[in-house]
Amino acid sequence: MRRKPYGQKGMVVAMDILSYTAAGLAAAIKEGRTTAVEAMEAALARIDTAEKDINAYITVDREGALRAAAAAQEKIERGELTGPLAGVPAAVKDNLCTAGMRTTCASKILENFVPAFSAEAVLNLERAGAVVIGKTNMDEFAMGSTTETSAYGETRNPRNPAHVPGGSSGGSAAAVAAGECFFALGSDTGGSIRQPAGFCGVVGMKPTYGTVSRYGLIAYGSSLDQIGPLARDVTDCAVILEAIASHDGKDSTSVERTDTHFTEALVADVKGMKIGIPRDYFGEGLDPAVKDAVLAAAKRLERNGAVVEEFDLSLVEYAIPTYYTIAAAEASSNLERFDGIKYGYRAAEAGGLHEMYKKTRSEGFGAEVKRRIMLGSFVLSSGYYDAYYLKALKVKAMIKKAFDEAFAKYDVILGPVAPTTAPRLGESLSDPLKMYLGDIYTIAVNLAGLPAISVPCGQDAQGLPIGLQLIADSFQEKKLFRAAYSHETFERMEG
Amino acid sequence: MAKQYETVIGLEVHVELATRTKIFCGCSTAFGGAPNTHTCPVCTGMPGSLPVLNRQVVNYAIAVGLATNCSITQYCKFDRKNYFYPDNPQNYQISQLYLPICTNGRVEIETQDGKKSVGIHEIHMEEDAGKLIHDEWEDCSLVDYNRSGVPLIEIVSEPDMRSAEEVIAYLEKLRMLIQYLGASDCKLNEGSMRADVNLSVREAGAKEFGTRTEMKNLNSFRAITHAIEGERERQIELLEAGQQVIQETRRWDDAKEYSYAMRSKEDAQDYRYFPDPDLVPVYISDEWIEEIRAGLPEFREEKMRRYRESFDIPEYDIGILTDSKHLADLFEETVAVCNQPKKVSNWLMGETLRLLRERNMDAGDIRFSPDNLAKLISLTDSRAINSSVAKEVFEVMFEENVDPERYVEEKGLKTVNDEGALRETIEKVLAQNPQSVEDYRNGKEKAIGFLVGQTMKAMKGKADPAAVNGILKELL
Repeated sequence: MRRKPYGQKGMVVAMDILSYTAAGLAAAIKEGRTTAVEAMEAALARIDTAEKDINAYITVDREGALRAAAAAQEKIERGELTGPLAGVPAAVKDNLCTAGMRTTCASKILENFVPAFSAEAVLNLERAGAVVIGKTNMDEFAMGSTTETSAYGETRNPRNPAHVPGGSSGGSAAAVAAGECFFALGSDTGGSIRQPAGFCGVVGMKPTYGTVSRYGLIAYGSSLDQIGPLARDVTDCAVILEAIASHDGKDSTSVERTDTHFTEALVADVKGMKIGIPRDYFGEGLDPAVKDAVLAAAKRLERNGAVVEEFDLSLVEYAIPTYYTIAAAEASSNLERFDGIKYGYRAAEAGGLHEMYKKTRSEGFGAEVKRRIMLGSFVLSSGYYDAYYLKALKVKAMIKKAFDEAFAKYDVILGPVAPTTAPRLGESLSDPLKMYLGDIYTIAVNLAGLPAISVPCGQDAQGLPIGLQLIADSFQEKKLFRAAYSHETFERMEG
Repeated sequence: MAKQYETVIGLEVHVELATRTKIFCGCSTAFGGAPNTHTCPVCTGMPGSLPVLNRQVVNYAIAVGLATNCSITQYCKFDRKNYFYPDNPQNYQISQLYLPICTNGRVEIETQDGKKSVGIHEIHMEEDAGKLIHDEWEDCSLVDYNRSGVPLIEIVSEPDMRSAEEVIAYLEKLRMLIQYLGASDCKLNEGSMRADVNLSVREAGAKEFGTRTEMKNLNSFRAITHAIEGERERQIELLEAGQQVIQETRRWDDAKEYSYAMRSKEDAQDYRYFPDPDLVPVYISDEWIEEIRAGLPEFREEKMRRYRESFDIPEYDIGILTDSKHLADLFEETVAVCNQPKKVSNWLMGETLRLLRERNMDAGDIRFSPDNLAKLISLTDSRAINSSVAKEVFEVMFEENVDPERYVEEKGLKTVNDEGALRETIEKVLAQNPQSVEDYRNGKEKAIGFLVGQTMKAMKGKADPAAVNGILKELL
């Protein structure tokens, strides 16, 4: 399956290995049309030319990746490696532990941290045959929406390097968009897969909470974090999710599922599918170009047989304060282990234990991380716990209920991923509140634990991609894949 | 002193549970071990690691709750207690604040003043911390995470105790119940049972409680008793001098027999407790509780009743044997083999307890098997060995659990029952000790004791003293 080449806008690239999707490349390797080594060499060559503009990676393990690709190729030829992603080069967000490969969370505090074990999702990827190239850039500890809070420099949007790629999985989205890998893993706590996928014009998927093991994911907001794929099309996302979804005894929140044959749902047919459009998602602050593109996609699905209807989701305005209360509270505790004692950065010349803690954490964490640790510590403080944290948990339950009511009527909910296309570099960090508001359409999905996907649905006047978000009820990924695959197919056919 | 004061005491008791593995990972809980050898990414707080609850911890906590008449919280959760200290690898301890597993229980205690009920406010599950070791040579601190993640329950009493005697009775009662359950060995000196004492004083008859202090680092019943007496006096002295008791945590120094303030309420940390999002709530079904209830052991009162009915041994013996489940089990298992309750009881209450005391061990440390004790009893019954040899053999058996039959055989300790040989030896002894013979014949009964001793010495102890006595009397 060959697709239009990805690269910078207007660039004409000859039909080459980099134009394969992940599933397409795996098939080509299996049929002997190319090899895992050729694919890895092509991705590394693209990294060599693109990284100075994009900075999608924090760590690239050239030699390790080539060795692993050669080993994979041998196994494929001997018939020992037959997985759906056999020989496909993949990038992994730098908050997922990789045994023997530096894992920094884009923070100075973990600049030299090399994990002893790999995240379960990474192991599952490797079982499916994928070969890890390196670790992608992100907002520090996944806190941010632009990949500008990284201690290793910001990542730029491959579609226009003057703009951000989104975040926090901005490195993963950019690496996929720039052809620096064939797909990537990201993590999504409040939109961190879907929003950068939307900004970079790729497909990003956040599964139902509990579908992918969090073991080995360095936690930000444990009750909201979920690992998912960023890829070139909907098919790849289904293939990758099928590979990484697993019931893991090492993660208490992992769910045992038997319905994970997601590729079965890749059917371009929405006849009778009920699609709800929340009016609340189309109000003030929404860029008209985004609104038009999203509504055009809805119209197209309707023309193809879907039943499309507007409704009031309610509580949307409470999602952001609720999210920032819960995620910051959990983060303030999750990040306590970074103290200079056991691993990572330790400040030099501290007088005693408490001074060492203070200096290490003051020097090791960036501004946005400190802001959220302070916010989280505050909402958990004695005297404020009930007023903030407990109230946020109650609102979270009400938001889940609002979605339950919506899914009693609709198969999927359709809306924009973000209010605007990718902002220019440097525009967001100066106004954190504005940056937080950019998460308004993605955040409620995490609070309710739902699956959602971001698929490209056009571009604005500047040529920046626009993302369409589809949301389904818990464990209804198949409805999501069917709707997203249909959208992708009809859009291609109708132009 | 003009005024009369009443002491009000509540206890927080930590008990290490006897699970094979830690509370949130599969590491061993075995005591000792080279530093950081019983560790993994979970109990050392490595990034990306996640806790998974050990079901056996919940089983034990439910069992202790049932044994102390608590209500079991059927929907309970774990919370994080946040504080920075290097023995705590995550800088938060996983504990229970909002929904502890057991609440509202009580235990009966008995002191010289009679019977009394002590309320249990709650029991919660939590993880232990690691251990800091200061290296004087290198002037640095090292941390050992072998104990990190060892499961604990904390039993919080109501402020129902009024004296050190009641506190000790309460602790002994808890220890006995928990040992009977097999949930812990409850050793204060090894830290598998730890008690913090909350104490205040008030004028006799007062309705309101006084300001309390919390005393830590109490490693023996003796330390607890002394600390309670010392703290009572300290608080009364303050009040008598017109000063106020400050709410604070104090550390007991056992060597100096004095406590000093560690931190006051003003310095109290805000632990920012909140439900641990990495763990799912624990739902304890009625069936689960009934399963634990059905598996509860026979507790002491029932056991004593049964012993009275089944075994012909004195009430005193019953009291001592049932004080420890280990001892009671050993008693019953040995009686099942040899059916000699009084003799088994004598060995356990006499030599066994003596050696345990001498070696500073408790009944849980006994290594010899019921079969071997039964064999030893049958060796003495058949007069194959005499009682002083039996004590020697017992001591070896106590140390190494040797088979007494084989040991007696190998060491040639059997009593010589060849009457000819014995008679020959006695004749020689009489010939060598004419003075004693004469003394005896002149009415000095004691002289025969000396002659028995000389005979036993000549026989290297391997004679039956009764037989020696008989032959001696006959020849004299």
